[in-house]
Amino acid sequence: MLNLLLFLPLLAATAIGFGSPARKTAIAASFGMLATALALLFQYDRGNPGFQFVSSVSVLPAWDLKYLLAADGLSLLLLLLTAAVTLSAVWVSPTDPVRPRLFYASLLLISAGAVGAFASQDLFFFYAFHELALIPTFLLLGIWGTGERHTAAWKITIYLAVGSFILLIGLVDLYHALPSEFRTFDMIKLQKLATQQVIPAAAQARPYLFLLVGFGILVSLFPFHTWAPDAYASAPTPAAMLHAGVLKKFGLYGLIRVAIPLLPAGAEHWAWLLLILLVGNVLYVGLVTIAQKRLDQLLGFSSVMHMGYIFLGIAAANSIGLSGACLLMFAHGLSIAALFALCGYLRSLKPGLSLDGFGGLGRTAPFLGATFGLAAFASIGLPGFGNFASEMLVFFGAFKPAAPAGSQLPFQIATGCAIWGVVISAVYMLRAYRSVFLGPVTLPPTEETKAWAAAALQRLRLPLVLLLGLLLYAGFVPGNLLAFVKPSIEAMLPR
Amino acid sequence: MDPKLPWFVLLCPLLSAALIQLVLRRKHSLAAGISVLSAFAGLLAAVGIWFSGMPPAPLQIPWIQVGDALQVPIGLLIDPLSKIMLLVVTGVGALVHLYSLVYMAGDESKGRFFGNLSLFMFSMLGIVLADNFAMMFIFWELVGVSSYLLIGHWFTKDSAAAAANKAFLTNRIGDFGFMLGILLIWSATGTVVFGEIATKSAAIPASLLTAGVLLVFCGAVGKSAQLPLHVWLPDAMEGPTPVSALIHAATMVAAGVYMLARISFLVTLSPAAQTVIAWVGILTAVFAALLATQQDDIKRILAYSTLSQLGYMVSAIGLAAPGAAMFHLFTHAFFKALLFLGAGAVIHGLHHEQDIWRMGGLSKRMPLTFLTFALGYLALIGCPGLSGFFSKDLILAAAWQYNKALFGLGILTAGLTAFYMTRLFVVAFLGTPRSESAAHGHDGPLAMTLPLLVLAVPSVAAGWPAVQNAAMGASYAAALHHLHESASNIVIILATGAFLGGAGLSALIYSRATRDPISIPPLRSKLYVDEIYAALIAATQELGAQMASWFDRWILDGLIVRGLSGLTWGFGYTLRFLQVGNLQAYSFLFGLGVVALIYLAVLR
Repeated sequence: MLNLLLFLPLLAATAIGFGSPARKTAIAASFGMLATALALLFQYDRGNPGFQFVSSVSVLPAWDLKYLLAADGLSLLLLLLTAAVTLSAVWVSPTDPVRPRLFYASLLLISAGAVGAFASQDLFFFYAFHELALIPTFLLLGIWGTGERHTAAWKITIYLAVGSFILLIGLVDLYHALPSEFRTFDMIKLQKLATQQVIPAAAQARPYLFLLVGFGILVSLFPFHTWAPDAYASAPTPAAMLHAGVLKKFGLYGLIRVAIPLLPAGAEHWAWLLLILLVGNVLYVGLVTIAQKRLDQLLGFSSVMHMGYIFLGIAAANSIGLSGACLLMFAHGLSIAALFALCGYLRSLKPGLSLDGFGGLGRTAPFLGATFGLAAFASIGLPGFGNFASEMLVFFGAFKPAAPAGSQLPFQIATGCAIWGVVISAVYMLRAYRSVFLGPVTLPPTEETKAWAAAALQRLRLPLVLLLGLLLYAGFVPGNLLAFVKPSIEAMLPR
Repeated sequence: MDPKLPWFVLLCPLLSAALIQLVLRRKHSLAAGISVLSAFAGLLAAVGIWFSGMPPAPLQIPWIQVGDALQVPIGLLIDPLSKIMLLVVTGVGALVHLYSLVYMAGDESKGRFFGNLSLFMFSMLGIVLADNFAMMFIFWELVGVSSYLLIGHWFTKDSAAAAANKAFLTNRIGDFGFMLGILLIWSATGTVVFGEIATKSAAIPASLLTAGVLLVFCGAVGKSAQLPLHVWLPDAMEGPTPVSALIHAATMVAAGVYMLARISFLVTLSPAAQTVIAWVGILTAVFAALLATQQDDIKRILAYSTLSQLGYMVSAIGLAAPGAAMFHLFTHAFFKALLFLGAGAVIHGLHHEQDIWRMGGLSKRMPLTFLTFALGYLALIGCPGLSGFFSKDLILAAAWQYNKALFGLGILTAGLTAFYMTRLFVVAFLGTPRSESAAHGHDGPLAMTLPLLVLAVPSVAAGWPAVQNAAMGASYAAALHHLHESASNIVIILATGAFLGGAGLSALIYSRATRDPISIPPLRSKLYVDEIYAALIAATQELGAQMASWFDRWILDGLIVRGLSGLTWGFGYTLRFLQVGNLQAYSFLFGLGVVALIYLAVLR
């Protein structure tokens, strides 16, 4: 089943290369992916927190290098996210872009890379699939982007290449930190080792720092975030949705899957650093977001800011905080994808996306107004949406972190800062919403604008219903998703 | 009691809201009908709960569970406190729904209005029924958003959009403290459930308890619009008048008081927190009453009056008299809703005229509105025999025992209340019409006047000792009785004196006035609080945002990142690859890098 999920987009991309109609094939494949992801969730045995759906092909027996697919609750949640965002991204894509085959094949390749990264339980493939997904991302940005796309593409390429490189050094360092009899790329074995704590505490600090910075750059951890807003502002809409919504979660996933379980002492050693940086994400980037004058840049910065909350859950390093971080990855991915989808549609009306250029659009285009309102409120943590439930878990987790009793105060202060960030995000999001959708109507009620507003329904209804529906589901019954994530988290934490 | 009943009360409006938002947004009359129906069904169920005993077992379903460490249930708490609040919310709610049928009849977004009204009822009932902090916070936020949506109902009006934003943000500032307070109390007790906190509260260290209570109190300061977060409530009058009556007078703004009453077992353990709460409340009461004396907009006068009365209630919590606070909440809900709906009838009858100086002589043209408004007015200013008299005096009695300065401010507020309400009443309803629309005013149809008539009954009678005993439940009634007994006659004499003095003076000044003979610019300008806040925000948040943005663009991104990456430029030819968009080049580059590094890694 996991193989199916991985090969559906790969095969579809190949088929498009060989002449199959691009958009139709891509849509069919993404529907197939969503169905497969849902089927996996239903088949998953929640009573058994371990890895399931294991399929393994040995590649280099000498190094214990395997093509190894398997999923636990955490992976499954991210796979569902991948499938949902893929379908949405493909659906909102332009019907006739230039070089349609390359465009749709690139989208599918990003998706396949993400599936591979989340489902591979072999360190090499885990890393390689993410790299695979980055290449089409750069292509989409460089070829189909808008505005300063070359600068943005250049920046994101260098940035992420550096990040990946540091990450690789970290992975190598981690590999060597393992006592030689335990060395393996097999992440299932590594997880078992993690619960026994085979790496001496003193040897954990260095690899953890590499991993933190490497993964951190990929997730736009402050101060390594400046690639993100420009890239998202310039990227074509589906690429922004897939990267911000799904692919960026790779770094966070890696920290939770690899760094925290194997290097808990390293995490504790560098907790102060992570706390400072994540507060930078929330407060500093939050302030930067307030100053933005364009909707796409504002959403890009807001996405950077919200990474701070996920990092806070990771810093807490306990099952409450980590579970919250995982749910928040899911929820944030859905909400930012919905916002970018809407933002992309607004771009077709006002290419500059200057916040001053809109006004009263809620009257002209009530569907856009209502859905943007829902997505915006979801992203600023309104109860009823998954973001709130997961942020709440993060706050609770970070307020009583895994750190020893005497050193919890910095965590509590960081939690306080993060909660103040909830005020900041309300400031910029409501301001953006107001300047675009509320206030006096500025758009002349011509046939053209009416047609534009009406066409939104056809282009956006399916993705938005899917994304917002999942967000509401996660918000109303977070317990159901928590039942997937929490046992998997607890299985990897040292006892 | 049937355990399904409380769930029914909670889910009825949710169902209505979901149905309207999803499918009936454009079917206006059907949407309105369903919303009104759900409100009355809720009222019936609330009455049923009122007459039945306690539920046999706790009504809880798990919501979030992370082992023993964190358990957040969705649980409904039925006790005398929630029972009385249920009656207030569903009772006033149902009448306001009915009234809205007329008031919003011609509105082009009637469906959206009723959908949001149902969403509000759901959220508010969630606060009332919540048996734990986390759930209360959830619904706390939800009333915030339904209030945002309803204030901004006419969102193409810039002032309405601005007011909606202001209300939401001001509340979020309060909720920052609320959330921290919840975390603090949870970290000390390991639970968020009120009942469990109560059994463990003795073990909380004193300083932590004070901090926790004061932080939670921040939430109440925001929601109940106390100083210094009061600024949003007057602006919230941009919303349709039924909304002002239900949300911004009778129920939502009282949620802060209700929450404090809910946790009064914690408040009473911290004398320091009590002192702060009592003074914040009474200062808000005086402050708002002062501002009310110089307002000309009928709804704004009532809004400041609401602030002031909420100040009394909050103060009573600090005075260790939650019974008195809840009793005043109970009576105030009726007469303030009555006053707002009366004002709405006037605005409706005068084609959206809100300036009291352009009214006058309405007593003859709108007799039913006049009569009911008069009863609400007398109840609010504490005319002996009417509901406000009893409930306000109990708070003053509590103040008298606690601190004479605080009591003095309470009496001053009572006098000011009589003054500004008499001004409103005399100018708007008596004398001769001062505008064309006032000369042609008329009572509304039955669906509009019926709620006024119904609300007039409790406005008069809700304070009578018999009603008080029945309404407040045995435990509160006993405490109130004790408070009443212990109050010396001085309290009643001074309170009545303030009432007579304020009303008399005001009548003297305003009975023949055609424009305001008194002008105190600072009060008229709301003591410049809005301007001060705007300057503060500009000096901190906006400046900080601009500086951070500048730093991000020119230093962090410009100097450091581009500087560093400029060094690698010569090696990478990255730019050239990108411009041609060459897939092979990328793949090759990355593939090469990966292979090389893995090779190094393993062979090292």
